[in-house]
Amino acid sequence: MLRIEKRPEPAKSMVYLTPVLALFLTVASSTILFSVLGVSPIEALDNFFVEPVKDAYGVSELLVKATPLILCAIGLSVGFRANVWNIGAEGQLTMGAIFGGGVFIYLYDVDSVFLLPLMIVMGAVGGALWGAIPAFFKTKFNANEILTSLMLVYVALLLLSLLVHGPWRDPDGFNFPESRTFSQSATMPILWEGTRLHFGWILALLAALGAWLMLAKTLVGFQVKVIGAAPLAGSYAGFSQKKIIWFSLLLAGGLAGIAGVSEVSGPIGQILPSISPGYGFTAIIVAFLGRLHPVGIILAGILMALTYLGGETAQINLGLPIAVTGVFQGMVLFFLLACDVLVNYRFRFKSYGKAVS
Amino acid sequence: MDNNGITPRLSLAGITKAYPGVLANDDIHLNILSGEIHALLGENGAGKSTLVKIIYGVLKADSGTISWNGKPLEIASPQAARKLGIGMIFQHFSLFEAMTVTENIALGMPGRQNMAELAKKIVDVSQKYGLPLQPDRHVHTLSVGEKQRIEIVRCLLQDPKLLIMDEPTSVLTPQEAETMFKTLRRLAEEGVSILYISHKLDEIKALCHKATILRGGRYIAECDPTKETAKSLAEMMIGTNLTAPRHMDNSDRGPVRLKAHNLSLESTDQFGVNLNLLNFEVRTGEIFGIAGVAGNGQVELLQALSGEKTLENTDELLLDGNPIGHLGPVARRKRKIAFVPEDRLGHGSVPDMSLVDNAFLSAYRTKNLLSNGLINSGKTRDFAEDIVAKFDVRTAGVDHTAGSLSGGNLQKFIVGREMMQEPELIIIAHPTWGVDAGAASAIHQAIIDLAANGAAVLVVSQDLDELFAISNRIAVIAEGRLSASRDINEISIEEIGLLMGGTNSIDSADNQGGAAHA
Amino acid sequence: MSGFDWLVPVILTVITAATPLVFAAIGELVTEKSGVLNLGVEGMMLVGAVAAFATATVTGSYILAIFAAAAAGAVLALLFGILTLSLMANQVATGLALTLFGVGLSALAGQDFVGEPVKALAKLNIEGLTDIPVIGPILFGQDPLVYLSFVLVALVSWFLYKTKAGLVLRAVGDSHDAAHSIGYSVIGIRYLAVLFGGAMSGIGGAYLSLAYTPMWAENMTAGRGWIALALIVFATWKPGLVLIGAYMFGGITILQLHAQAAGLAIPSQVLSMLPYLATVIVLVLISKDESRIRKHAPACIGKIFHPAA
Repeated sequence: MLRIEKRPEPAKSMVYLTPVLALFLTVASSTILFSVLGVSPIEALDNFFVEPVKDAYGVSELLVKATPLILCAIGLSVGFRANVWNIGAEGQLTMGAIFGGGVFIYLYDVDSVFLLPLMIVMGAVGGALWGAIPAFFKTKFNANEILTSLMLVYVALLLLSLLVHGPWRDPDGFNFPESRTFSQSATMPILWEGTRLHFGWILALLAALGAWLMLAKTLVGFQVKVIGAAPLAGSYAGFSQKKIIWFSLLLAGGLAGIAGVSEVSGPIGQILPSISPGYGFTAIIVAFLGRLHPVGIILAGILMALTYLGGETAQINLGLPIAVTGVFQGMVLFFLLACDVLVNYRFRFKSYGKAVS
Repeated sequence: MDNNGITPRLSLAGITKAYPGVLANDDIHLNILSGEIHALLGENGAGKSTLVKIIYGVLKADSGTISWNGKPLEIASPQAARKLGIGMIFQHFSLFEAMTVTENIALGMPGRQNMAELAKKIVDVSQKYGLPLQPDRHVHTLSVGEKQRIEIVRCLLQDPKLLIMDEPTSVLTPQEAETMFKTLRRLAEEGVSILYISHKLDEIKALCHKATILRGGRYIAECDPTKETAKSLAEMMIGTNLTAPRHMDNSDRGPVRLKAHNLSLESTDQFGVNLNLLNFEVRTGEIFGIAGVAGNGQVELLQALSGEKTLENTDELLLDGNPIGHLGPVARRKRKIAFVPEDRLGHGSVPDMSLVDNAFLSAYRTKNLLSNGLINSGKTRDFAEDIVAKFDVRTAGVDHTAGSLSGGNLQKFIVGREMMQEPELIIIAHPTWGVDAGAASAIHQAIIDLAANGAAVLVVSQDLDELFAISNRIAVIAEGRLSASRDINEISIEEIGLLMGGTNSIDSADNQGGAAHA
Repeated sequence: MSGFDWLVPVILTVITAATPLVFAAIGELVTEKSGVLNLGVEGMMLVGAVAAFATATVTGSYILAIFAAAAAGAVLALLFGILTLSLMANQVATGLALTLFGVGLSALAGQDFVGEPVKALAKLNIEGLTDIPVIGPILFGQDPLVYLSFVLVALVSWFLYKTKAGLVLRAVGDSHDAAHSIGYSVIGIRYLAVLFGGAMSGIGGAYLSLAYTPMWAENMTAGRGWIALALIVFATWKPGLVLIGAYMFGGITILQLHAQAAGLAIPSQVLSMLPYLATVIVLVLISKDESRIRKHAPACIGKIFHPAA
């Protein structure tokens, strides 16, 4: 008989092994999916994972896509560690784009080195503001942050649509729902000539480094971990749960906001009604796949970025629907959560001695 | 299998059950006759709970035989056990707080129930055996003693042939326990067998016809407890002679360190107890004990003392004459107060974090473990290793998680962590609950030594033996009120028992019909 | 009578807007009563919607379509059950995964059906009764699922509070340890509750793609799964209140649609925000009384059950 038995303590090896195992299982299952869709699995996998990064430009695109994912996931991971289930990163990202991009809309004729920094700061402020609403409702009224943060995603997306269809529409844009194209001084500097890789990537790496330092070395990081793992032990030590809720939602909102502004002032270059293919939601997967650890999140962010690129490549070359990307991403998280049982539990084949002789 | 020619109602032979790393039951034998009150005696960790879970079908033995009225059989599930006529009263009640008494009892009975009829039966049975219950009350409004009655009535409604009771008196006042004994004796006279699990020797001597003694998962002996002395039973149970902690001289008492003056606190938990005008003092160099049945306000008192709940009126709690009621845990620690909470896992420690992190948890300020705002890992590790060495914590290393330690070792670690911060006042909840005898005596000695060195100590415990062994003064908490404190030499167990029953309670030991707490 | 003519279509659309919420919320309520929090309602509704739409288009049978939706929702719920009940994964994370997966899977499965028309679910038409002004179309002119939704609420209410099985289900949600020690199969009961929740979410989704719009579009639930979750909190886990809440939200949704149609000077986006903002506000108002929530919420909700050996 197969039994699941709790390990005396979590297995460290499994913490690193299960994401790999989950990926393996995802790839294995997706071969079945591809066969059902009538595509050779080998060809499909090649298109998904190899083709997009065959050349330097492909690699740069990978990092471009990974940038918002990592920024959002770093913030989310801090919250998840503290049991703060902010799932509204998509809305916080959108508000970042609105606040940061809004700076340009109103100062479009200003040519200053301070314009872009101001936009980034305002982007962070916008995202943090959107994160502050669930934090306020949670700490003041005990309202579930999962539901409030998610509802606010829809509100933010509608607000963006309202602005782009209305006051922020490009006056010379033939009535298309698009803003002006961002000027040079409102655009993220390019890091790698001839590609779209921009300064946002550096911001993502800085965010990861900062988060790592915060979690490993500072008191607030320790508080985040304790309150997430054992809230009562946290209050015993005198740590404020409310403070940590505010901290993690403001941080996640701010980072998502930076992701938003770096999208509109980076690869997109203007404000559109739709600025993200669900980065804020995929970031949830990135955070878990990266084991809520900054280094893991960088790797997971790059991997999930690859599924976006791969989805596009497979669509062009093989006619695979773009929705495959979403299924693929969902599967990764599913398998990861399933495999995680191995971290805290072990399986034992056990034969019982009969109680009756 | 033969017991003087009489076939036992239940007979166990060679029962063995292993967990990873532990042999919980090793070749256990046990025979219970009909109408017999049979004690299963052993310390915490002796394997009593595992054995009864096997009898009740919750666990399966790895090997061994169970016979019922002479017939070997397998008890696959609690339902199967109940079908045979085995009823069980758990130490931790298997009750549903949000439901009514009737609903709770219906859940423990097979098939569909007519709720109105069942309610009537409950009243009948509870009156017959002196166990007053109101069928439509919600469980969370009941006292612990009443909750236990639900469990007993639930079993009785199914005409049990064997009733298993796991440490039933640990939640009762001595008087409530005496009433329950009457019920049990009556049941035995009617032919019901009772397997009575306990480590309280007096009880067993007073109640039981026979006793089987377990130690470290092994069968030690079967005896007639009425013919044994408490000492001889204890020796069989513990095996070695433990040195009793050295009692302190009362003349060492110094000035008042902690003073509670009309301390009141409203519980935020719907199942909680409000604290009502508590008054007490703890002096330097003394150990002040607070006794009481669990669920009478201890949780709330401990929260108020640790600062996890701050008081509306800061003057209700004074440290060296200064108000501290408004201060949170960090500020109180700064004033050299340390705490050992009741729940080791998840309150006193973070189970999934290492001992190093758990050492940091409450000591980072007093031990200066932050340098320039960053965690000083080296210093924290040294501190954790110090605790492990000085308090004899058995662990493979300080990088292992708190959750991987045994109960006794984790308790030594937490007590050590708090004591090594050199507190001037320490508040300890249930210092040795569920801890093996060796660790318990080490912890008691550490508490006494700390007081001898001039610290004020406040111990909250359910265990009267423990409080009598270490305290200088004692008070009793009941229904959120605290009795006046008495010197340990001036108070008897009986007096404490009466106080534990609560002076305001209608639900006194005599069990008037239908009595209940307001 | 004619003065109220405008009211009838409004009430009819409120009913169509509320019905999917009733199904999803009442199913999830049963799941939560057993102590399991499945945040994947949105995902299960979406696969239900696409399964129903595809089945209806391919076979033409609406009965088959509804069964297909229930089955699709239940299959997703089964995945959730395996992860959280057997493999003891975190329920919040797994629920999120279920939604993300459901969004992707439904988009993939439905890509060939985007923009395809389907005949709306037939409505009841009883000669003489349906023709009665005002109350006729409201009481006797609905599609079968609307009637079913009311029956369902009554049945769930009866099941939970009047049957032994319902008592056991609530007991498992109140204290899984106690239920286990008495001898109930906590995991088994929870599987059933989770599957029921999934099937009902699936039917809720089917209602969207067969009756509400009727068509298939990616992500067409637009957060209704999450609103259903909020409704349960609003209703403090009481089936009757879920029904009232669903009609309230249906009312808000329809109000903004009618306001848009009436050409109100408010931008359509602002009106579209209303249901989401209303959800947030309602959550805040209800949650404010923390003790009330704690009193009614199943005590074990979201907690992992591992029978300690």
